[in-house]
Amino acid sequence: MTLVKTQIGRRAFIRNSSLAGGGLIIGFGWLNSCKPNNAAEMAAVDMPEEWFEINAYLKIGDNGLVTIMSPNPEGGQNVKTSMPMIVADELDINWKEVIVEQAPLNTDLYSRQFIGGSQAIRQGWNGLRMAGASARHMLREAAASTWAVSIDEITTEEGVLKHVESGKSAGYGEMASAAAKVSVPEEVMLKDSKDFKIIGTSRKNVDGKKIVTGKPLFGIDTYKEGMLTAMIVHPPAFGLKLKSVDDSSVKSMPGIRDVFTIKILNDDFERQHFDTCTFLEVVAIVGNSTWEVMNAKKAINVLWEPFEAYTEERTFYRSSRQTLTIPAGLESTDGHMKDMEQAAMKPQKVVRKDGNPELAFKNAAQVIERTYIGPHLAHNCMEPMNFFAHVTSEKAELIGPLQKAELTEQTLSARLGMPVEQIDIKMSRLGGGYGRRSYAHWLIEAALISQRLNLPVKLVYSREDDMTGGIYRPAYRATYRAALDKENKITAVHINAGGVPESPLFANRFPAGAVENYLAESWSVNTNITIGSFRAPRSNFMACAEQSFLDEIAEATGKDPIDFRLELLKRAGNSPVGENNDYDAARYAGVLELVREKSDWDNTPDGVHRGVSAYFCHNTYAAQVLDVSIKNGAPVVERVCCAIDCGIVVNPDAAINLSEGAIVDALGNALFGELKFKDGVPDKSNFDQYRMIRMSETPKEIDVHFVENGIDPTGLGEPAFPPVFAALANALYKATGKRHYKQPFKL
Amino acid sequence: MKTITLNINGKQQEVNVDPATPLLWVLRDHLKLVGTKYGCGIAQCGSCTVHLGGVATRSCTLPVSAIGNQEVVTIEGLSENGEHPVQKAWLEVDVPQCGYCQAGQIMTAAALLEHNPSPSDEEIDGVMNGNICRCGTYTRIKKAIKLASES
Repeated sequence: MTLVKTQIGRRAFIRNSSLAGGGLIIGFGWLNSCKPNNAAEMAAVDMPEEWFEINAYLKIGDNGLVTIMSPNPEGGQNVKTSMPMIVADELDINWKEVIVEQAPLNTDLYSRQFIGGSQAIRQGWNGLRMAGASARHMLREAAASTWAVSIDEITTEEGVLKHVESGKSAGYGEMASAAAKVSVPEEVMLKDSKDFKIIGTSRKNVDGKKIVTGKPLFGIDTYKEGMLTAMIVHPPAFGLKLKSVDDSSVKSMPGIRDVFTIKILNDDFERQHFDTCTFLEVVAIVGNSTWEVMNAKKAINVLWEPFEAYTEERTFYRSSRQTLTIPAGLESTDGHMKDMEQAAMKPQKVVRKDGNPELAFKNAAQVIERTYIGPHLAHNCMEPMNFFAHVTSEKAELIGPLQKAELTEQTLSARLGMPVEQIDIKMSRLGGGYGRRSYAHWLIEAALISQRLNLPVKLVYSREDDMTGGIYRPAYRATYRAALDKENKITAVHINAGGVPESPLFANRFPAGAVENYLAESWSVNTNITIGSFRAPRSNFMACAEQSFLDEIAEATGKDPIDFRLELLKRAGNSPVGENNDYDAARYAGVLELVREKSDWDNTPDGVHRGVSAYFCHNTYAAQVLDVSIKNGAPVVERVCCAIDCGIVVNPDAAINLSEGAIVDALGNALFGELKFKDGVPDKSNFDQYRMIRMSETPKEIDVHFVENGIDPTGLGEPAFPPVFAALANALYKATGKRHYKQPFKL
Repeated sequence: MKTITLNINGKQQEVNVDPATPLLWVLRDHLKLVGTKYGCGIAQCGSCTVHLGGVATRSCTLPVSAIGNQEVVTIEGLSENGEHPVQKAWLEVDVPQCGYCQAGQIMTAAALLEHNPSPSDEEIDGVMNGNICRCGTYTRIKKAIKLASES
């Protein structure tokens, strides 16, 4: 049996060239390895007597059943179904014969076992196809050898190998043993997209039955023999640190096993991007059951004290090493707003400048200036942060939900003083991620608690711990200015954007490239409130500001909002201004044209008011037309029509589901999402205070349409989210005459 | 600590717990029925919904001592093998994204249809508003409830 070690860095090993007959030939340097694969639990179907491992992504049973490993963790975006579909299509197998398993974390075998940035499908695409195609090739070679014919004469059809001339045929299962011994091909033919049989067809969630019957799937569902439950107590306010713990009354409480403090990262630890850790030291309470630990948590007496300002060296993702200043003090939202206002007035870092914006503004017949503000937002994953850990002197076993396991593994290795090889992280299904689970300080906490006790422990955050524990969407502010000449033509755009502590600016995005004179400036304000990726980071704010502003400019120039955008995109496509414009103007225009058609834009139904918005982020284009009516003083979203260009859609119904969810999520955040601070304390800690969108506030109708273009797929977890905010704001303006500059929108 | 006898999914179960322990934690920690989920602990999100005497009930704030001999049904006991019309409709519509809240959604929906087999949109909203779905699958949940209602 051979397990193929894959090296899936696209640039590293792909050399492709189109063939005359269609299809793609891809060469790759997969190395053979003899590492055995993890045998996983099998579903209750007719299981084979023996499995043959063809490569890291798949094994074939002697009865023809195929197990496909899904490399990335599943957090609701459907990757556990969609990624194996890609493998299965190239393998040419009937989807009914496929069992899907979550792959182990193994960065030697699998590339980028992340979910984040809407990149799982985009970056997994070629590797997954090769895994299926190379296995198919090896099966054909095994058949050719067995039947003593040329491999070119062997065809496949849904799991059956055929030699037409001799009439011989064999199922994949019959040839699996021989195929596993065939050496991995140097290059392999991939299908032409018109020949896809599984990709582009709707397939149901592979975990659907387990979800609806309540089977253990999530990290929080982990229970092991002898396992204890742990919870943490963290400071009640940002700006405070642990002073002392009085555990005398708690240690004797029923079911309590131990109380101690843990320091999550060593002082000299060189942090990477996802090593954000809000509170460096917390109290751990460990007991026999969750309820007993919760009671102790209420009773424990912990004293806190303000910390001094400090600096933190940090290497950011795709960026250089930076020194962050973490100020002392108990911050408030009112203070953030004032700080941002002041920062925006000071001279700023110019990120991009085209033409002569100063002159254009000086000569303008009219200048329109608007400022947009967005609050901190909490992710509020329905499954609170949790992780199982069993750390002994020999090994560390961890099970739970996280988005970026491979980076966390490095951090854990450093903190435990244990080589990565001795660490086994199993990725369970995530009860939501939205960026929050990219930062896995709770995994480190679980491991440290287990290490100290030398026992298996499950750490569970209460909802309050989760909501008040930091790593929020930052608060942002952006001022947009536009210069119009006498003919109402837009001559310049100026963007001044910043945040606490991160600027949301994307200087090379639309409308950069579409206006002659352009200036983009950026700033930031230091804070001790931790922030992190939140579904479509930065885009989730900038799309609202930009698309609300363009709506206002369209109105000022007397143009239809879609026509106005299309004119700018035409300019950007025909004679782009400047360099590094990071969008394809034709595809951008494509989603606007599609949404215009599908929404019947020119015929607004009676009693409703329409807004449009379009945005490009995470390699995907999305446009929405939103219809709103006002009933009893509250907005009722009658319909959201959405057009998306993400190239090939792997699993259409799941893609629609994900897009519907992104739209609902964005409406909830636009109308209700807000976390404020007073003296360092978050103003909300649970769902009685933090308003989440509910069923009655959901659009009555959502229709999602995809541009069909056969282009390699890009991601979908995030792109449908950002434009919704402005589509709603623009529709509300039509309904009420009031523009919305501040989130959440209040009528 | 007290020994309490519960009727869960048609089976008598004995647990030795603090009588104030919410049913949710008895189900999860003591009986390993993990389909019922912890979401908020204050009866605001609906993830922990079970049927108590046929009524959709938040198990996270229900002390186990208050149950007496009322029958408790959890997602694991809703049907033998996922054959309940609501579960079948959920699969047909392919409702879940992350899936964490869905057991609670299904239990709330099943109780609704038990008492009102043909609910209007407003009636569905009224009952289902107590259950948060962070992924935003509400339109599909409603569609699945209507599908189940027809069967």
